[in-house]
Amino acid sequence: MYLASLVALFLSSFWTVDPFTSVVQHIWNVDNYKLLWEQSAYHSIALRTVGIAAAVTAADAVLAFPVGYFMARIAGGRSRAFIFVAVLLPLWSSYLIRVYIWRLILDHDGVLNWSLRKVGLPAANIGYTNWAVWLIFTYVWLPFMILPVYGALERVPDSFLEASRDLGAGGWTTFRRILLPLALPGVIAGSIFTFSLTLGDYITPLLAGGASSQFIGNVVYDSIGSQQTPFAAAFAAVPLVVMAVYLLIARRLGAFEAL
Amino acid sequence: MKRNIRGYVLLAAFTAALCVPASGVSASKGLPTSVGKGEGKLNLIAWEGYTQGQWVKPFQKKTGCKVHAHYAGSSDDMVTLMRQGGGTQYDGVSASGDASLRLIYGKDVQAVNPKLIPDFKNFIPALKSPPHNTIKGVHYGISLQWGPNTLLWNTKKVKPAPTSWSSIYSKKYKGKITVPDNPIQIADAALYLSKAKPSLKISDPYELTQTQFNAAISLLKRQKPLIKKYWALASDEIGLFKSGDAVIGASWPYQTNTLKADKVRVKDEIPKEGATGWADTWMMSAHVQHPNCMYKWMQWVSTPKVQAEQAIYFGETPANTKACSIMNKLSAGSAQQYHCGASKKYFNSIKFWKTPISKCDNGKNDCMNYSQWQQAWTQMKG
Repeated sequence: MYLASLVALFLSSFWTVDPFTSVVQHIWNVDNYKLLWEQSAYHSIALRTVGIAAAVTAADAVLAFPVGYFMARIAGGRSRAFIFVAVLLPLWSSYLIRVYIWRLILDHDGVLNWSLRKVGLPAANIGYTNWAVWLIFTYVWLPFMILPVYGALERVPDSFLEASRDLGAGGWTTFRRILLPLALPGVIAGSIFTFSLTLGDYITPLLAGGASSQFIGNVVYDSIGSQQTPFAAAFAAVPLVVMAVYLLIARRLGAFEAL
Repeated sequence: MKRNIRGYVLLAAFTAALCVPASGVSASKGLPTSVGKGEGKLNLIAWEGYTQGQWVKPFQKKTGCKVHAHYAGSSDDMVTLMRQGGGTQYDGVSASGDASLRLIYGKDVQAVNPKLIPDFKNFIPALKSPPHNTIKGVHYGISLQWGPNTLLWNTKKVKPAPTSWSSIYSKKYKGKITVPDNPIQIADAALYLSKAKPSLKISDPYELTQTQFNAAISLLKRQKPLIKKYWALASDEIGLFKSGDAVIGASWPYQTNTLKADKVRVKDEIPKEGATGWADTWMMSAHVQHPNCMYKWMQWVSTPKVQAEQAIYFGETPANTKACSIMNKLSAGSAQQYHCGASKKYFNSIKFWKTPISKCDNGKNDCMNYSQWQQAWTQMKG
């Protein structure tokens, strides 16, 4: 079923649409791809999507590392269970509710600006911008990064760290030479989630984005909404290719053993 | 996950596309001559505010038809939803003029018999057989309400009160402007240009030659950096005005009424350039599952009382002239405010939404069609 839908997607991207009734006509052509190639607006939409997906992944990796490390190596059984629940709890609430709550926080008269004003700082006004989109994505996908990073760090034997210390390495060197390389597959595994989830999303940019926050997903959604299914199929092929390349690199880096 | 779902959506759309026959309208045959017993259920696609409990609840009580309504954010949404699942999912839609013809020629809706709607004879003449829902004397729906798209602003933040659409293209309110996320918005830009730049010779904002179209798009491109957000649902715009993220924008009277009810200081007006507008029609799906309930619904929403209630709730003008006196009873002065039973002259001053097609009124094929509008809109937003 999954493959069949992909094939249907690929095939329909070579069709066209009657301009008035918007009924799909089965006339083979590559106009949809030509349009994607020639219009710079679609390039910037694709670059924005991939760029924000990469920025979200980087931010999640940086945030997840200390949390994963604390859970795997420092916390006792009880506090570890507590952090587990804290990390997973947001996943129990609806994604939409979490986005709307962030919107309330980042609004012009929202919690963030209100708090900034209370302590005498100027308002941030990041509501309805790409910053807001990045921040919300980083928040909603963070658990998907923490768990694999925790898994990878837990598997690092204590003896490695002790050996490193015995040989005179400081904390930073141990991190750089021992922990980071061993945790990298976990980070890559997590990044597959954060990157692909951001790449395919359209709800957060739609609800929390500003005037220049269109993602590939938004164009696909709008195109289907305006009956331009073949063009939507053509544009949807772009993240597919990006993800295929990404997964190949991830496999090279050993991410699949860490899953 | 997302890609997977998208795949299914496409497959469904693809299957649906195969089921839709070639376009062209055939003469109606075998229109019903009476309305039978209700089927107990009615699935509708409506504009936000068109299926309020105030008139839906008494309808359900009277007919036993349980109403399930799905709000659509744009005419494009409505067309998509009507075609979903082979067109059997919804019984009817409150289509505006820019969707109704697409639905008729796409064979998504069917002819209806206006003789079964007792209040039809009380409609203003312009809405009995308007070109957006009646073709060659065949009625593809029953007119409902109409009204203008307005300029909305926050009276505390925007001073003096704006009188021209130029205010949503001006740097004065940079980052505080919101307009609908809808390709038909190009017509609003064209309407403004028809007055601001007479040299372009725009006579109909929905029939634009390449040059006129390019001028409208370049105006919208200059407007883009001034926009806080393109709103998709009416409730989005309400939120933006409430939180203070937007202080001026293009709107429907519905948002004004809702914001005023929430004590937000706003006002709306038809600027001096005039306005685009909508004339909505309840249309019945070609694959209707609950036809009797749908006919009962069209009868119900045409009655003077329901017409008046909806007009006041949404802030629009009823098709039924008998509704005017009830409007004034419900809210004094409202009939005049919304031009109830308006003259032909006022009606014609509003540029009602219609689907842009390649063939211009002068018979030449050099106008921009709707898929070009859609593409230009997406590319303009970038």
